[in-house]
Amino acid sequence: MAELSTPQHEVLIENRSGWFRIEARELWEYRDLLVLLVRRDLLARYQQTLLGPLWHLLQPVLTTLVFALVFSRFAGIPTDGVPAPLFYLCGLLGWNYFAQNVVGSGGAFINNQQLFSKVWFPRLIAPMAIVAANLITVALQLVPFLAFFAYYKLFGTSAGNVHLGWSALLAPLPLLHLAALSLGIGLCLAASTARYRDAMHLTQYVVQLWLFATPIIYPLSHVPERWGWLIRANPVSAPIETLRWCLLGRGTIDPGALGWSVGVTVVLLFAGVFAFQNAARSAVDTV
Amino acid sequence: MKPVIEIEKLSKLYRLGARGAGEDFWALRDVSFNVATGDVLGIVGRNGAGKSTLLKVLSRITQPTSGRARLRGRVASLLEVGTGFHPELSGRENIFLNGAILGMRRAEIARKFDEIVAFAEIEQFLDTPVKRYSSGMYVRLAFAVAAHLEPEILIVDEVLAVGDAAFQKRCLGKMTEVARGGRTILFVSHNMSAVQTLCGRAVLLEKGSVAAIGEPAEVLARYLERGGEDASTWTRDETATTRPLQFTSARANLDGTTLHLDLKMRSTARHRPSFIAVDIASGLGQVLMQALPRATPFITDAHPEHALNLTIALPPLIPGHYTLTLWAGPHNTETLDAVERALSFEIETSPTADRTFSHSANHGHIVPPSTAEYRPGALVAASALCEP
Repeated sequence: MAELSTPQHEVLIENRSGWFRIEARELWEYRDLLVLLVRRDLLARYQQTLLGPLWHLLQPVLTTLVFALVFSRFAGIPTDGVPAPLFYLCGLLGWNYFAQNVVGSGGAFINNQQLFSKVWFPRLIAPMAIVAANLITVALQLVPFLAFFAYYKLFGTSAGNVHLGWSALLAPLPLLHLAALSLGIGLCLAASTARYRDAMHLTQYVVQLWLFATPIIYPLSHVPERWGWLIRANPVSAPIETLRWCLLGRGTIDPGALGWSVGVTVVLLFAGVFAFQNAARSAVDTV
Repeated sequence: MKPVIEIEKLSKLYRLGARGAGEDFWALRDVSFNVATGDVLGIVGRNGAGKSTLLKVLSRITQPTSGRARLRGRVASLLEVGTGFHPELSGRENIFLNGAILGMRRAEIARKFDEIVAFAEIEQFLDTPVKRYSSGMYVRLAFAVAAHLEPEILIVDEVLAVGDAAFQKRCLGKMTEVARGGRTILFVSHNMSAVQTLCGRAVLLEKGSVAAIGEPAEVLARYLERGGEDASTWTRDETATTRPLQFTSARANLDGTTLHLDLKMRSTARHRPSFIAVDIASGLGQVLMQALPRATPFITDAHPEHALNLTIALPPLIPGHYTLTLWAGPHNTETLDAVERALSFEIETSPTADRTFSHSANHGHIVPPSTAEYRPGALVAASALCEP
């Protein structure tokens, strides 16, 4: 049997409360678990389905087609001169990523109740794995996006209005921004659901309505002047518009709104980690 | 050398009942002891004595209310077999996932992969989703992963109660091997012989406090002699996910020499039609007999909940304390659930009404009804036997 190393680990177990604390060393030691949880999420999500991982790609495409029919054709909402399906698909990539992160990481304590009551690992790993797995889904969803793009570039009438330029390389930035923002919100939610379930029921509803306060089915440029502040105050708006600017060359980058959103993101992320780590200490006894 | 585990006045308070109106319950109260490197410490005590809470606190699953514990070394805890197994994923995927959840690095799991598969004997099902595994295979795989952990401190809760006898033996063997490698083990079990063979020291918990600590034989004797608390009812405190069929509650009622048992069971997953058995053991843990009531039809997974009323006609037992172990499975070599010493009962009066001296367990626990015919002075056909 292998020689035992001199224990470098010393764990002190006591009642701790209060301060901002991240188990940085342990998060690093459990990095393989993060990777395996991401793998589990991706592999298990569509097990025993005929289409398997194709579901990842189908879902935003179907939503896009419905949006294009209802909001563009029936309601006549403009789409910044971009072909409607491209406009919606691009917005939905960002929005779905945000929404799924919020709902997923918000359920961190409730969905992992069984696991958390039987084994310890840095609890932050669970919501981080959800955000990482969803990011891979977004990467997969770029495939139908590129297919739509190629179609409109080749056959579309407004082909000149869309560009896929060097700016596309900046697309990871708004995605990262969305990841941090949604993780911050999700962690706050998770912390609150550890004690009261109300937030869980509220989340689904709020996320649905939030979609309408975000420029997904309309461009920011089309929002009436007197309501612009509201949409700009929504911290999800800026990264969505930025993403559209990166991928389609169309979109409003408003430095003020972007700065505001980054500030909100940083605050929410810190608040989320703080609340989550605090809730994690007693969640097993209260969930 | 500093002790590998130092526990100082560890206490854990639970608030029971509704918020504000609940009453307080100390699951642990000022528990202090040290464990030296290489020690194998058995933790015994009745249900609700605080064993599981102690392991949960030491595993960092829940925080203590006060006091502290210092653990020097990598800790792996095994409070359940197959924690984090995903039913849809293959055996192969689950080995990596479960290993990582228990704190192993990916490279470490890859290195031991073949050994784990061989130990679990699941080679040909490696790529089958574990939801299609039999419960025996599932438990074997789960334990195989855990048995190959190499932490400095291993914390094990009653996980050996599942699985068939042969596999339980191999698990014990593997754990002994781990202990010889200089690792420190904390081991909670109701399996007294396991505690005695495996552990160098034992701790007896009673109502959240340490009642005895020392040589396993002495501590066990203490535990068994105090076994006479009321244990006519038993309820499972949490759902055991690895058991497709499980006992949820039991009640014993002794009426003269007839024992009535009310058992409640639950099917949580698919399982083969099963039957139950009840082992009756002496207060010192020696199994005396097994009652094997025929449930016709067998318990199947067609219904989620089951209730059984058993009537056991006890043989004449000498006064003393007896315990009941509940068992369920589809075959005598395949255990789905076993609850060691779930219930106990007390025989208060001698089965022989006019007996004038006390009984001793040295001459057994059962007094078979016997009569003697006495004919003073009679020579029993001696002449006939001597006939040439």
